[in-house]
Amino acid sequence: MPTTAPSPEPSAPSGQGGTSFADATASDSALRRFLHGLPGVDTVGLEARAASLGTRSIKTTAKAYAIDLAISMIDLTTLEGADTPGKVRALAAKAVNPDPTDRTTPRTAAVCVYPDMAATAAAALAGSGVKVASVATAFPAGRAALEVKLADVRDAVAAGADEIDMVIDRGAFLSGRYLKVHEEIVAVKAECGSARLKVIFETGELSTYDNIRRASWLGMLAGADFIKTSTGKVGTNATPANTLLMLEAVRDFREQTGVQIGVKPAGGIRTSKDAIKFLVLVNETAGEDWLDNHWFRFGASSLLNDLLMQRQKLSTGRYSGPDYVTVD
Amino acid sequence: MASAFDYAPAPESRSVVDIAPSYGLFIDGEFTDAADGKVFKTVSPSTEEVLSEVARAGTEDVDRAVKAARRAFEKWSALPGSERAKYLFRIARIIQERSRELAVLETLDNGKPIKETRDADLPLVAAHFFYYAGWADKLDHAGYGQNPRPLGVAGQVIPWNFPLLMLAWKIAPALATGNTVVLKPAETTPLSALFFADICRQAGLPKGVVNILTGYGDAGAALVEHPDVDKVAFTGSTAVGKAIARQIAGTDKKATLELGGKGANIVFDDAPVDQAVEGIVTGIFFNQGQVCCAGSRLLVQESVHDEVLHSLKRRLSTLRLGDPLDKNTDIGAINSAEQLSRISALVETGEAEGAERWSAPCELPSAGYWFAPTLFTGVTQAHAVARDEIFGPVLSVLTFRTPDEAVAKANNSQYGLSAGIWTEKGSRILAVANKLRAGVIWANTFNKFDPTSPFGGYKESGFGREGGRHGLEAYLDV
Repeated sequence: MPTTAPSPEPSAPSGQGGTSFADATASDSALRRFLHGLPGVDTVGLEARAASLGTRSIKTTAKAYAIDLAISMIDLTTLEGADTPGKVRALAAKAVNPDPTDRTTPRTAAVCVYPDMAATAAAALAGSGVKVASVATAFPAGRAALEVKLADVRDAVAAGADEIDMVIDRGAFLSGRYLKVHEEIVAVKAECGSARLKVIFETGELSTYDNIRRASWLGMLAGADFIKTSTGKVGTNATPANTLLMLEAVRDFREQTGVQIGVKPAGGIRTSKDAIKFLVLVNETAGEDWLDNHWFRFGASSLLNDLLMQRQKLSTGRYSGPDYVTVD
Repeated sequence: MASAFDYAPAPESRSVVDIAPSYGLFIDGEFTDAADGKVFKTVSPSTEEVLSEVARAGTEDVDRAVKAARRAFEKWSALPGSERAKYLFRIARIIQERSRELAVLETLDNGKPIKETRDADLPLVAAHFFYYAGWADKLDHAGYGQNPRPLGVAGQVIPWNFPLLMLAWKIAPALATGNTVVLKPAETTPLSALFFADICRQAGLPKGVVNILTGYGDAGAALVEHPDVDKVAFTGSTAVGKAIARQIAGTDKKATLELGGKGANIVFDDAPVDQAVEGIVTGIFFNQGQVCCAGSRLLVQESVHDEVLHSLKRRLSTLRLGDPLDKNTDIGAINSAEQLSRISALVETGEAEGAERWSAPCELPSAGYWFAPTLFTGVTQAHAVARDEIFGPVLSVLTFRTPDEAVAKANNSQYGLSAGIWTEKGSRILAVANKLRAGVIWANTFNKFDPTSPFGGYKESGFGREGGRHGLEAYLDV
């Protein structure tokens, strides 16, 4: 194994690592050596592990815990060309009060919108504790000059975004210009101020698990607060396997640096059953420290109503149907 | 493992299986008491609860069963292959239909987690019958010439670690090729074979084609010794395998023996570490390590030893040990008190010899037979835990420096059943696999089974192959 590759100190308890990776990002070639020195990912084995954790049977009290936790982890999202202030305000109301028939229902973590809707969302969510997340950096393709991307970020932060969801330059990544990707993340991070930065890899476009592991480390080294699978705008979005892989990355990164990074699967998670499978992945891979909406999020929209229906079923013993949750 | 996300109990329902208070031997299509009326009890190893009382076969019963099989042989072997296939396909489908019931039954009688019986044992059992059903009318194309003939009556003795799966490995190819069988399941796990007898009746299988004798080693020995048995198939310990080989020496009985193992799981420094850790866990903790092809020796390249061990221990700490019927249980009970004491004794030897023991932190239930997932580090080729088959959830960790040393250490064993290779380098997989003296070699995976793949050993792991086209040969007069 190359000397730059991470090798956890077996005696070091988790969270106590202090490894510095400054050398790894010193040059394009050093970064390339580092990322290509990470252990490979066996596709069959990774997917088998994800599938096997998917067979966990989560019942009764565990299910109730998982449903509430999942609701509290949702970045309730609308990212459409047709978005209007009215739509965003309705979504914000839903985030604050997901189930009007049951006030014990937790709030979602955030509402996720385009930058031009961030101010509307911020006004609607003021004082609620629900965060405003804004996509930026020429989301979803990321095909714009760096200055344009940074202006996009500044705009969102100024409008009151608490969290910025940026996309990486997949073209640069796939052509091997890792340092360019790294520098762009660093530059965006600098514009974020106190806003937390989620770095979207668009795993469906990176295509291989080796690439996803490399992108995860690249993002963490560049200062991401969260690593996020996808935009929800391509064919393959969050899957149990790519999320499991990213959970391994944040687990290993904390062991070596002491720095905890969040994970956000986004796109394609629509049912409570799916969401619970992801929480099992979190629990048995990164561990319970990540079972909190500060460290794990779901990028989703229709998932919330399914969770609410399951929650009502657990408390009343009956399925009430889609007319008993709000359509927004 | 205390966590905020505490999985509530999720037990599979016991009510899907109806276990009778007593069972007879299955001879000539009927359930019957033992000639001398002897019985024995079978218990659930996770609770020590008595599940049922089962007839104990003696010499006279063996003779009755072999005679029934001999009578049935003429008609059964004369059937067109396509007709025999119909019965096998029917049996396979009934197994699928009754798989939940059989999975629960197997978990109760054996102690292994429902997750394994449901997702591994039962699908493989059905697949085995489907696979050999497909061969029954195609034997001309199996590579043994035109119209290859069956041997006659097969005497089959199987172990307790995969009761129904080992039955499938033995019975499916025997019937497909036109033999009739007398099968003796292990004394600690007789029930699934008796349920299989019921499935044979349900499928309308002609009387005497399959006979099941529950009993102890004396019945197995009588079966092997019976002069009218043409073929002996045994899976079990090397000691018993040697005894069988001596017993049948000088007779014209054909035999296949599938015996012990001490599989080397070789992890190179360029392995996909997270998946290798999963493979190590599957290799030695699948079925509580009570697997003849278990990867019980971990050979890890010294340069990544610490990293791999750190990840492995972290992973073992998440294993869930407990009620085998709970769908979230990863590690079930050891099959018997006898096996538990054998494992404990070998582990004590390991400690006495100076290997460093580490056991996963988990609470063991107060009733039943349990052993926590355990590993030994600092093990060398000279340690007993590196040489003797433990047949339990105990992993011995050794190191190597170069591929040549890995191969030399892997082959330095009285056994040669299985091996695993973990590396991202394809050329290394091929080079190392060619040098390993083991019947089954897995690359970047472990304990993967498929009816199309032959399985069997080198050296003291036995001879003959089961599974695949190769598995037909053992039941044909070729």
